[in-house]
Amino acid sequence: MSIAEARRTIVKQPVLEIIDLSVDYGYDDSAVHALKNVSLTLGAGEILGLAGESGCGKSTLAYAATRLLPPPGVITGGEVLFTSSRDGHQGNLLRMSDRELRAQRWRDTAIVFQGSMNSLNPVYKVGKQLMDGIAAHEKRMPAHVQRARAAELLTMVGITTDRLESYPHQLSGGMRQRVMIAMALALEPEIVIMDEPTTALDVVMQRQIVEQIMDLKRDLGFSVIFITHDVSLLIEMADRIAIMYAGEIVETATADELYRYPRHPYTRGLLRSFPPLHGPRREMKGIPGSPPDLQSMPTGCRFHTRCAYAMPECSISVPTLQPPTVAGDEPGRLVSCWLHEDPAVTVPVELSRRA
Amino acid sequence: MHNRKALAGLIILGVFLVLAVIGPWIAPYDPSAVTQASLEPPSAAHWLGTTNTGQDIFSQLLVGTQGVMVVGLLAGVIATALSVIVGVTAGFIGGLGDEFLSLLSNVFLVIPALPLIIIIAALIPSAGGVTIALVIAFTGWAWGSRILRAQTLSLRNRDFVEAARANGEPMWRIIFFEIMPNLIAIIASGFIGTVIFAILSEVTLAFIGVTSISTWNWGTVLFWAQSSQALVLGAWWWFVPAGLCIAAVGTALTLINFGIDEFVNPRLRNTAASAGILRKKKIRARIGFTPVFRGDANADAGAAATASVAKKGKASR
Repeated sequence: MSIAEARRTIVKQPVLEIIDLSVDYGYDDSAVHALKNVSLTLGAGEILGLAGESGCGKSTLAYAATRLLPPPGVITGGEVLFTSSRDGHQGNLLRMSDRELRAQRWRDTAIVFQGSMNSLNPVYKVGKQLMDGIAAHEKRMPAHVQRARAAELLTMVGITTDRLESYPHQLSGGMRQRVMIAMALALEPEIVIMDEPTTALDVVMQRQIVEQIMDLKRDLGFSVIFITHDVSLLIEMADRIAIMYAGEIVETATADELYRYPRHPYTRGLLRSFPPLHGPRREMKGIPGSPPDLQSMPTGCRFHTRCAYAMPECSISVPTLQPPTVAGDEPGRLVSCWLHEDPAVTVPVELSRRA
Repeated sequence: MHNRKALAGLIILGVFLVLAVIGPWIAPYDPSAVTQASLEPPSAAHWLGTTNTGQDIFSQLLVGTQGVMVVGLLAGVIATALSVIVGVTAGFIGGLGDEFLSLLSNVFLVIPALPLIIIIAALIPSAGGVTIALVIAFTGWAWGSRILRAQTLSLRNRDFVEAARANGEPMWRIIFFEIMPNLIAIIASGFIGTVIFAILSEVTLAFIGVTSISTWNWGTVLFWAQSSQALVLGAWWWFVPAGLCIAAVGTALTLINFGIDEFVNPRLRNTAASAGILRKKKIRARIGFTPVFRGDANADAGAAATASVAKKGKASR
């Protein structure tokens, strides 16, 4: 099964297809290759989790796909295709003019930024900022309709409408985060990209916000790309998870499969970095070493320097992202590891377990 | 030095500084000596021609460079020192001290420099370059001080300053090693701005004849050109070179200012370094619209593909 086929089996109706996206930081030979041929598909109504250590390119991927990456970021290849699940209109974000891109933003894809509690302008009231956002895309909407919409949005994220008259500093961190989520949902986008939206919040607030997002998703039917380094959170909320390492996707699978039966040594390492919620106690292992310097990437598989299962092959040639060889794995799983690519190798039992 | 702008600025300024020192020695004639060679256009004997009283204009410019440079730099140094001391202190200490220092700079802000200098020059007929430099400095430091105070206020609450306090760093260290490096770009541009302002003020004063017309500087040359109606007489060589000198020094200082910005701000440094590459590859790096650069070969292939599609479209029609 080819990668494209695998992707089709698992995603019935794609809204966002990222194909072979490559991103550099810098413009000359000394540029850092932050992403290399990353492909990812987001299905309609799906929550796609993107996980990995700090600096592995999670945020870069989200920002590059929406063309929001600041200089010196530059996209060096690939396509990002958007297909509306509502009226079927299509677009390639990497080939759009500025105007098309600006019109597309927020209407089709909205973003909740990392630490976005600070994205609110401290000198304007929350209501005014919500209305401004709506007005930027709906110029003809009368002010009282905008105001009603702003109130509706606040109610949606569980904030009373009298908060429209509050300034950002009068709200708690969690409330500000909710306001930002409300703002992202203002134009009923089809895709909401959430870049670590709960990282700066305490666990109670984190839980509330995640539940809120799930509820809203159910009611409004948007798709979510959820970026976090909190794998345990993803396993709970995401439909599918993509694991990134050093600018590449090393494994994708449905959340449940990925949690129960990791196929990539790195995924297994990530999963063993936090305690299981049920089942017997086990020792937390973590992953030795740290991610490679993007400027001097190891040859072959980028993970081989930290991998407990590294073979001679791993340091020589680059593995491809392909379905694992374990019998009985769900269709559409992809893993990039020589253990699964080389038919001569017996996959270690902990990476080939089923049931 | 990688920065061509700053290098060009430094070279121009360096030439004028050297002339300021050696000008009086290398001047071929006494700038005030009256001769029979009246209103001669530029020639081998008089490179920039002569005035209506036969004075050599090239010598006047050479001798006059010193006055311009001394006043400009002296005023710049004094005004910058004052603005740093008052502005940074006010911003850092806050409270009553800040109130007092702010009041002080506000008072100085409303003192008009040129009229004050005219009055002082009228009171002290012997007022030379140093006096003028002092007056310009004392009336010109307040703007810089206000900007530095505002920036210090913003800096002193940043996390890295909080961290320095938590580390137990003494106040002088926080001011000089944590806050000051962040202010260098502002201080430098304030200095450059004051120097330009001081040079223009001095030249203006000389041009309108307020300061002593017997000491030579570029403004004095322009004063005599104006009062002798050089323009009407068609003696362009009398006023054009002095004007060009003023413009050249101003340009040099501005170019240096660009260089300082890029040198002090690491982020701008990278931007400047990659500007050439961006131009060559025709990438427009903008915030909010990440450029897509597929390499030259791919770009050509893409263009060809579009062209062939267009052709097909026409054919089918």
